[in-house]
Amino acid sequence: MTAIVSVKNLRKSYAGGFEALKSVNLEIAEGEILALLGPNGAGKTTLISTICGITSPTSGTVTVGGHDTQKDYRAARAMIGLVPQEISLEPFETVRASVQFSRGLFGKPRDDGKVDEILAQLSLDDKKDRKIMTLSGGMKRRVLIAKALAHEPRVLFLDEPSAGVDVELRKDMWAVVAGLKASGVTIILTTHYIEEAEAIADRVGIIAKGEILLIQDKAELMAQMGKKQLRIDLAAPAAEIPAALAKYALHRAPDGQSLTYTYDTKGPRTGITTLLNDLQNAGLQMKDLQTQQSSLEDIFVGLVKEE
Amino acid sequence: MNLNAVKTIYVHEMRRFQRTIMQSLVSPVLSTSLYFVVFGAAIGSRIDQVEGVSYGAFIVPGLIMLSVMTQATSNASFGIYFPKFTGTIYELLSAPVSFLEIVAGYVGAAATKALFIGIIILVTAFFFIDIQIAHPFAMLALLVLTCISFSLLGFIIGIWAGNFEQLQLIPLLVITPLVFLGGSFYSITMLPPVWQAITLFNPVVYLISGFRWSFFGVADVSIGMSMLAITVFTTGCLAFIWWIFRTGWRIRQ
Ligand SMILES: Nc1ncnc2c1ncn2[C@@H]1O[C@H](COP(=O)(O)OP(=O)(O)OP(=O)(O)O)[C@@H](O)[C@H]1O
Ligand SMILES: [Mg+2]
Repeated sequence: MTAIVSVKNLRKSYAGGFEALKSVNLEIAEGEILALLGPNGAGKTTLISTICGITSPTSGTVTVGGHDTQKDYRAARAMIGLVPQEISLEPFETVRASVQFSRGLFGKPRDDGKVDEILAQLSLDDKKDRKIMTLSGGMKRRVLIAKALAHEPRVLFLDEPSAGVDVELRKDMWAVVAGLKASGVTIILTTHYIEEAEAIADRVGIIAKGEILLIQDKAELMAQMGKKQLRIDLAAPAAEIPAALAKYALHRAPDGQSLTYTYDTKGPRTGITTLLNDLQNAGLQMKDLQTQQSSLEDIFVGLVKEE
Repeated sequence: MNLNAVKTIYVHEMRRFQRTIMQSLVSPVLSTSLYFVVFGAAIGSRIDQVEGVSYGAFIVPGLIMLSVMTQATSNASFGIYFPKFTGTIYELLSAPVSFLEIVAGYVGAAATKALFIGIIILVTAFFFIDIQIAHPFAMLALLVLTCISFSLLGFIIGIWAGNFEQLQLIPLLVITPLVFLGGSFYSITMLPPVWQAITLFNPVVYLISGFRWSFFGVADVSIGMSMLAITVFTTGCLAFIWWIFRTGWRIRQ
């Protein structure tokens, strides 16, 4: 994996002394889509702001495309596009002028064709000459995305792009994100919607209280989610797992009242029938059976609650 | 050097000026005309010459300075305060631009507007009063320097201000009194000796005096002192802005 964004031991304490990021380490591969999930106040915006230069790190380093964001900020920032969480736009400006402004600010020469292309990509072509204050909230968010794309960044940060956005626009946005990925742009987005992460991310990171608790390939996570558990409540507690059942990797509850069997729903066979037969042969009496499935949501809630 | 960024900021700011050109020009031209009518024609007719110049002509440099200083300050302070207010400052902070480039864009635009207004007032003055400019190049140089230095001051005020009231406060509480007491309408030699000494702590005195010298060849303080004062003032503002960007004071958490 070649990392395009590399965050090392990044800490951020705000002026009041509050530690919003506690030694964050993160490598983002070129061309991937990383979704950062986390509850309110987890530090998602702080992490993005610190990478993009809006807040200064307390300690640690960030490199983008090999350029240190502090020492070599010009080269680093020229590669980054940022869509902030809050809708921040100049109300009296027209859509096109606002996007042109962003392009120029990032040092690119004026290119009306390119700007029009980006506006078309975000279905804003018919709104080009409208003043921003006359647009709806969802359209304003598209303008923010257009501004972030105006200088053709290699890395795009989307801070809660689907906040306050209807289902249709969210789908549109996912399509835009997919198109950007196809053109080789690396995308980091934060979200509160697990479905969003499931729908578009390659990797999922979970962040809470300023720490990254987990960062994993989505496919692996999904594989974990594809696992189900079967809980077998016993009529009489078992002191130990009988040797005849050793091959099933059962987990015995501490009180011996139940056994848990984990199996893969996607596998060719679950092994449940043979397990139940063997259980009977080993002389264990069943009282009840329950199955449960862990979802990304469970993993998420479990990790965040643990703290 | 990200020249595209400087140009972009400059053009963006000038466009805003264009949108509000009527407000921007009508009010200074109108108030200056009123000053000429009241001070130049009505009161001036009762006043003898000041330092060998008719009173109507004597107040022209001061009036131009008055407008230019207040306009430069308010333009520049508003220019940088507005992105803070709307939140669009995130873009400036995340863009590959240095502090000098941001300042060049905002201050350049604010100074251009102020210069424009200064020239309009000068032209207006020609309609009311017969004046000759003794040192036109020095006049222009001093005018440009004043536009730049007060735009720098305005930039600092805009970054400092936490709300619109504070944005108005400094120009109202500090700049207007300094300018009025800086000899816009009188020669400081008309003041009692104690006040003459106190006035010398007012930096605006040096600017107005130097500017008046460029018109009539007479001044309250030497032109060298005036140039020194404006250089010190400009350097001080620049140093302070450099510190702002280095520490992120009031802009970067
Ligand atoms: N400027 C600031 N000064 C002090 N504390 C701050 C500042 N900005 C954020 N914080 C604190 O830092 C923590 C992380 O905030 P952050 O905005 O990064 O969270 P987040 O994960 O983006 O949350 P959300 O999902 O609500 O957007 C919060 O506890 C917040 O109160
Ligand atoms: Mg946030």
